[in-house]
Amino acid sequence: MQRIGVFVCWCGSNIAATVDVKKVAEELKSEPGVVYSADYQYMCSENGQNLIKSAIKDYSLTGIVVCSCSPRMHEATFRKTASEAGINPYMVEIANIREQCSWIHKDMATATQKAIILGRAAVAKVNLNTPLTEGESPVVKRALVIGGGIAGIQTALDIADAGYKVDIVEKKPTIGGKMAQLDKTFPTLDCAACILTPKMVEAAQHENITLYTYSEVEEVKGYVGNFDVKIRKKARYVNENLCTGCGECTSKCPSRKGLNEFNMGLDGRGAIYIPFAQAIPNVPVIDTAQCIKFKTGKCGLCQMNCPSKAVDFSQKDEFIDEKYGAIVVATGFDIITLENYEEYGYSMYKDVVTSLEFERLMNAAGPSKGHLERPSDHKQPKTIVFVQCVGSRDTTGCGKEYCSKICCMYTAKHAMLTREKYPDTEVYVFYIDVRTPGKNFDEFYRRAVEQYGVHYIKGMVGKVYDDGQGHLMVRGSDLLANEQLTIKADMVVLAAATKADESARKLGTMLTASMDTNDFFTEAHPKLRPVESPTAGVFLSGFCQGPKDIPETVAQAGAAAAKVIGLLAKNKLKSNPCVARADSLICSGCSNCEKVCPFGAITYAETDVNDGTVREKRRVAVVNEAVCKGCGACTVACPSGAMDLKGFTNKQIFAEVDAICRQTGE
Amino acid sequence: MQMIAEKIKEKIKELTENGKISRVMGWKKGLYGYDSEPFVFENGDLRDFTYDAFSGANLCKYMIAQSKNDGDGKILVLLKPCDTWGFELLDKEHRIKRENIYALGIPCGGMVDIEKIKKSGVKGITEISEKEDTLILKTMYGEKEVNKKDYLLDKCLVCSSKEYKDCDELFMTDLCGDTAEYDRFEEVEKLEKLSSSEKFEFWRSQLEKCIRCNACRNVCPACSCVKCVFDNDNSGVAAKANANDFEENLFHIIRAFHVCGRCVDCGECSRVCPQNIPLHLLNRKYIKDIKELYGDEDEAALLTFTTEDKEPSVVYERGKNNV
Repeated sequence: MQRIGVFVCWCGSNIAATVDVKKVAEELKSEPGVVYSADYQYMCSENGQNLIKSAIKDYSLTGIVVCSCSPRMHEATFRKTASEAGINPYMVEIANIREQCSWIHKDMATATQKAIILGRAAVAKVNLNTPLTEGESPVVKRALVIGGGIAGIQTALDIADAGYKVDIVEKKPTIGGKMAQLDKTFPTLDCAACILTPKMVEAAQHENITLYTYSEVEEVKGYVGNFDVKIRKKARYVNENLCTGCGECTSKCPSRKGLNEFNMGLDGRGAIYIPFAQAIPNVPVIDTAQCIKFKTGKCGLCQMNCPSKAVDFSQKDEFIDEKYGAIVVATGFDIITLENYEEYGYSMYKDVVTSLEFERLMNAAGPSKGHLERPSDHKQPKTIVFVQCVGSRDTTGCGKEYCSKICCMYTAKHAMLTREKYPDTEVYVFYIDVRTPGKNFDEFYRRAVEQYGVHYIKGMVGKVYDDGQGHLMVRGSDLLANEQLTIKADMVVLAAATKADESARKLGTMLTASMDTNDFFTEAHPKLRPVESPTAGVFLSGFCQGPKDIPETVAQAGAAAAKVIGLLAKNKLKSNPCVARADSLICSGCSNCEKVCPFGAITYAETDVNDGTVREKRRVAVVNEAVCKGCGACTVACPSGAMDLKGFTNKQIFAEVDAICRQTGE
Repeated sequence: MQMIAEKIKEKIKELTENGKISRVMGWKKGLYGYDSEPFVFENGDLRDFTYDAFSGANLCKYMIAQSKNDGDGKILVLLKPCDTWGFELLDKEHRIKRENIYALGIPCGGMVDIEKIKKSGVKGITEISEKEDTLILKTMYGEKEVNKKDYLLDKCLVCSSKEYKDCDELFMTDLCGDTAEYDRFEEVEKLEKLSSSEKFEFWRSQLEKCIRCNACRNVCPACSCVKCVFDNDNSGVAAKANANDFEENLFHIIRAFHVCGRCVDCGECSRVCPQNIPLHLLNRKYIKDIKELYGDEDEAALLTFTTEDKEPSVVYERGKNNV
């Protein structure tokens, strides 16, 4: 029989304001096994912990129940307290009467009753607890970064600089991500390529970094410190080792109908192409959907003209299996498609463009060589209307409810750059709010208005239509002047909402990393653990966690790297002793647990079984405790109940449910 | 059928003489011609061996015990198409020693439910013989001929496949009859349309007939645990289930959950139930759900995980439409 001590925490007024803590302590005193019960203002304080320690000694306690906050907050604290006082740390149970009780209830009587029931369940469980000992598992000193944009590159560089091996997996043929497509960056207006490409080169040349471009993560197994990842390296049809990047093939390709993704489809490219001049690796890739050789079997001009015989039409996807200690997600963002926003005429008028297209139109390496011209007739626009919040902060269900965060600043940038280069161009910006919280951000926006004379109009655009003479008529409302207005424009630029990259959802499922409804990855704690996923060993870098500009992305990338370094610096991780075990007397060896185990922790062995009446050799399950993560999937898959989870046995769970359901007569 | 039975006997003799098998798991004639039962024929003695319209019993489950000892040599087991599904499951779940078994797939044209014949008013049957699809019933009150197809077992009415799985040899299987045209999910769909309380009432009234004879469990090829949770005092399951008069209900519901995703829909549970509880409908509902949620191809849908799997919220979503 256990001797159990119950410790009810007030958490200041957090719990005590809604739960009658004295009554909880009093009621739990009469639960089976309970020999001591007390309440205290802050159980996690040193005094509170000393109260627990002395009670353990004075009353010879064998187990304790702390009724307090979520076990995520202080379970570790109280386990340490218990072990300092001489009892096994796994003889501690937490009854969460704060997050799951006091914080969500208003009525003291019901909250108190619920707290008592939660405490009762914890007592019932401790009665069946047994001491457990932690094991150890090794850490693979290698990190995987998924996504090769600025976030992924920065995280990889920081980890690599600390001396650990890092692999970057990028699904596109080159690293660089969205930042490579940008022209200038706010608020300093330095050229994006000028600050990004040195980092790309550094990543490519770093002795600790391996790049897997045009590659995708196919499968993730394992757990923190020991992930097994399968990477699919898609066939480029160009041998990376032989190719010198001379570009001969790309200029000889007769198929020119491909849309240049890097320039947002504003110009064409060959079927064999290098995404952009500073691409890394500087190795072309063949678009098989476009390539004449792949479609008809005839052509092969690129292969014939390649001086280093690098073009290889028979190349196949390759699979790379690698082990990692940590995984960083840096999958970045994309912009939404605009089919829900027909009122802006994006699909009808060539001169209605997205901001990302506008970046390319302004860029010296863009389709117009940096000369701002409108796509329809290549004339320089004299009046440009920018529309902000196209799909952002949209509660109608057509777009995204969140603020995309970056649009206010880049629109100010676009407006400013246009006025700087072409002072005779009139620039209008329709906005709901201008949000400029950031270092030197508001100053930047004010410069656009005050110094560059950009016309900011508070209001939304209702319609964009053609006046039949080559002009776009933009009808909107000016809420400050309280009037409707129509602007005759040559070009309209839409600040389309951002969204999580499409690959994120699939990856999130693979990593069992939680995501929000917008497919942004969730952080372990919104304030205190912003770069960690709740899934141990998975870290978040950049836009994949939520909208971010470049400075924030880089800062977060560094933070994620620091967390990874902290993990990889450890030689061993303490492993959870709450792992599965199989009862060989009951096990039928059916293999269901093996099939359901996500970690491959279960094998089978012919074992001598002797239950007193039957003696035989049987095939029974054996759990590899170092690999088992205690998820419990096997315990529910096992039809005979032979699989049990230490620390969470079926009996303990039954006991908890029983305690909760027990009629109290009240 | 008699012709087939004779041919099978010849085949058995041949296999025995070749030393391929030492025993035979088959059906033995009963007293009245409609009560054949599973039997192990040893030493080449095939007296009273039969394979007739009443050999509905699936023999695969006996293989757990019969294949255990390596010293006993190989046992021949006769399997109809639907019997092989359970046999395959037992093999997959390592419950039988496959190397000690010679599985012979035999033809099936549907098996007859004697209860249905009796219910139709035929009394005092003393002997039954078959002529193609006609059953000649000798009774104390004279002879009567009936069409076998009118009295098939429920499981045969929804016969869905003539595919043999995991057999060592197929014997005369081209003589198999056709599969049924009846949709096996039709009855489930009818139940799905009921309201929650109607469903509850339906199952309550069915399950309260249960006398806990455990026949369904003992015949089920998916219920093959070394120790059933209901027999294991230490598991606490039995004690929980019989906390009130809901025990029989819980027994069947827990059993359905335990075989969920593994049930091969052989229909044996309902065939053997002395109280005629349509137990197969519980299992078939799960099969239908699994098919709808995870597709036809996923054999171990509940034990495997793919990124395309339905999110658990689907249960809630579906539940909303069916209050």
